[in-house]
Amino acid sequence: MTTATHPPEPSEGFDFYDTDPASHADGHHETGTMLGFWIYLMSDSLIFGILFAIYAVLGTNYAAGPAPSDLFEIEKILLATFFLLFSSITYGFAVINMQLGKQGVMTIWLLVTGAFGIGFLTMEVLEFHHLWHLGAGPGASAFLSSFWFLVGTHGLHVLSGTIWLAVLLVQVQKHGLNHDNKRRILCLSLFWHFLDLIWIGVFSFVYLTGVLL
Amino acid sequence: MATATETTAHSFPDITNPVNWFWGKLSWDIFPFYDPLILGTFLVTMALGLGIVGWLTYKRLWGYLWTEWFTSVDHKKIGIMYMVLATVMLIRGFSDAILMRIHQALASAGVLEFLPPYHYDQVFTAHGVIMIFFVAMPFITGFMNYVMPLQIGARDVAFPFLNNFSFWLTFSGVVLVMLSLFVGEFAATGWLAFPPLSGLEFSPGVGVDYYLWSLNIAGIGTTLSGINLIVTIVKMRAPGMTWMKMPIFTWSTLVTNILIVASFPVLTATLALLTADRYLGTHFFTNDMGGNAMMYINLIWIWGHPEVYILILPIFGIFSEIVPTFSRKRLFGYTSMVYALCVIMILSYLVWLHHFFTMGAGADVNSFFGITTMIISIPTGAKLFNWLFTMYKGRIKFELPMMWVIAFMITFTIGGMTGVLLAVPPADYVLHNSLFLVAHFHNVIIGGVVFGVFAGINYWWPKAFGFHMNKFWGLVSFYGWVGGFWFAFMPLYILGLMGVTRRLSQFEDTSYALLFGIAALGVAMIAVGVVAFIIQIFVSIRDRAALACDGDPWNARTLEWSTSSPPPYYNFSHVPNVYALDAWDHMKAHNAEDPQDDYVAIHMPKRTASGLVISALMTVMGFAMIWHIWWLALVGFIGSVAYGIYHTFDYDRDFYLQPDEVRAIANGRRPVVPAE
Repeated sequence: MTTATHPPEPSEGFDFYDTDPASHADGHHETGTMLGFWIYLMSDSLIFGILFAIYAVLGTNYAAGPAPSDLFEIEKILLATFFLLFSSITYGFAVINMQLGKQGVMTIWLLVTGAFGIGFLTMEVLEFHHLWHLGAGPGASAFLSSFWFLVGTHGLHVLSGTIWLAVLLVQVQKHGLNHDNKRRILCLSLFWHFLDLIWIGVFSFVYLTGVLL
Repeated sequence: MATATETTAHSFPDITNPVNWFWGKLSWDIFPFYDPLILGTFLVTMALGLGIVGWLTYKRLWGYLWTEWFTSVDHKKIGIMYMVLATVMLIRGFSDAILMRIHQALASAGVLEFLPPYHYDQVFTAHGVIMIFFVAMPFITGFMNYVMPLQIGARDVAFPFLNNFSFWLTFSGVVLVMLSLFVGEFAATGWLAFPPLSGLEFSPGVGVDYYLWSLNIAGIGTTLSGINLIVTIVKMRAPGMTWMKMPIFTWSTLVTNILIVASFPVLTATLALLTADRYLGTHFFTNDMGGNAMMYINLIWIWGHPEVYILILPIFGIFSEIVPTFSRKRLFGYTSMVYALCVIMILSYLVWLHHFFTMGAGADVNSFFGITTMIISIPTGAKLFNWLFTMYKGRIKFELPMMWVIAFMITFTIGGMTGVLLAVPPADYVLHNSLFLVAHFHNVIIGGVVFGVFAGINYWWPKAFGFHMNKFWGLVSFYGWVGGFWFAFMPLYILGLMGVTRRLSQFEDTSYALLFGIAALGVAMIAVGVVAFIIQIFVSIRDRAALACDGDPWNARTLEWSTSSPPPYYNFSHVPNVYALDAWDHMKAHNAEDPQDDYVAIHMPKRTASGLVISALMTVMGFAMIWHIWWLALVGFIGSVAYGIYHTFDYDRDFYLQPDEVRAIANGRRPVVPAE
């Protein structure tokens, strides 16, 4: 009864146990990292999804306080947006040079990327500082709570990415472009582009609609 | 529910005290030892704890535990650690249940209300939180960790360090919950901590903060573990094991972990927002300044409903392995089982609103969610019929795992039917938040998850340790649990229909006393089951020589039974090539024998203490945040990040086990003889 669904035996017979030294000796733990990192990014995008949903529901609850058009300085935000978009391009250049094995050029592009990242974070801190002094802190209304949390969570991600970048630069200096470091640079690349994508959502959904509507 | 002013009269730490910069809200009067019940529990726990520590020290076992278990990245050891953790927490959660049943029996009879309301509220909250997050979750994670890599012919999971780290994050959550018993208080809000009750205005104490930090830290661990197991299944299956040749438990693991990765971030985000409301003064869920408490209730159930399927789907997988093994037939309808799992996975996201039909979203919204809820019973029913058809004309062996399965089928079906009753919105308006609901979800969680856990433990124990479990005490445990369940929860259905709401600690009407008395009798029977289970473990270990077994004691069908019991830490000396579903059954049919030579070098990960250290630092951070000790929280946070970075500077994480060593280990073990 049990063998009814079993496949027909091939002419050379079944080879039930793998005894080939070449087939599994290689580090099979490595192959999953990129997939795992993708799945992590998907889970992270759910967190942002919740924050966007919160903003969609609570974003007009001003509680007699300021509204987006009273607060947002769209020119400065646009500048910050370009910082982040350009940092994605420069990260792309870094990855190309990594693939070519040019560690020096890659390092320079990574440094440029990091500088753009810091530029973006500086703009964000300045914006938050400005809002705080207008009395538009996260506790002022549900709109501002959801605004601070959405933009702030993205900012914290950029900050972690920048710290990660710094750590990676040290590790590349120390160990060169070995297999592990290449994989890490590619993971950070995914992370960095992901944050760009989220920011495009924030810029369109929060800032542009906030100013236009 | 008591009002805010009353609760502060019962609660220990007074929020209005000036917060000390060094000690935060900690002070001597936070220790609730004026309550003789807590003092007694504290003394017993301390005595037990010191006894265990003393015994381990006397036996010089700390070094062994550290190198072989705590820092191990072996998925089997981590799986067993999850199971031990869950068993210990089961005893804690069950103690809460005993307290509630005794209290309600005595209070409804007008004899005595021995728990003050505020304490009673903490007990039912702790019971729910512990049973779901720190009993059921570690049990299923333990099974998935232990069994799945063996079933797919892998040597470990995709990210062995992450696996260890996930365990210690879960442990960190446990530590915080357990601390709340003796240091301060726990949430008195119900297990999902709905705002505005859980907001600062109505819960000013540290209880909700314990809840939030414990669940957030443990939740991160669960998400990481979910990613890990998905990648393991996708990337590390043995050659030839295509999707539709995967064992059904592996399928259920895959589906479960997709659910975990796609729902736990929602929990993390939602709890983070409530944390912000309590710590940063934001207004997401408050009554004023534009906040919306119903957002929280929607979001928490968007996590919460998939969560119940996260608990039950791996259990369905366990049953799907046990039924064919003990019916001596292949699983009926394998393909439909896989599709049913996938359909349940998708539908579980479309039913969350049935937890709060009474929100008042309107007839159209309620109808949609009522209908989706009823639809979800169709794939579940298909699975039950598949198990029945597998048993049909099979040669059923009434071993312990199979008995638990049969108890499950009867119990779970009844629970499912009361669930469909609750899915009808007009009926739900009457039954909502009554003991009928409490009886329903205990009916499916005990009848499903708990029975399945015991089935799985009795089934895979011989694989994990190389000897069977004692059958006599297993039977005592079985009858205690199953009989006790019916006595404990059937009265609650009736009480619910009589109008008794859940979470009630005070009664004026003594006509409920008889039914509450029967329920208390039921919990006493379950207590027998719990104690018998513990005895079963000890007796089995004591008699292990007599109970010893080979690699395939049940004459089972999947690959985990093709290696020795217990498996070597690299699982398989030779990676199996898979040609058919139920690969091991196929191999036995062709008299496959593991070649006792031609060993190849095996690539294995090294043990590491990083997961434990980082989790310990995060526990410190959580504790400090709960008690507003900001400097210590900063130390814990920066410390955990810094140690994580330090860990990435370690590039030397794996090693090759040479063929000679594999040969030595393989020859030292009992050879695996194919049965039949």
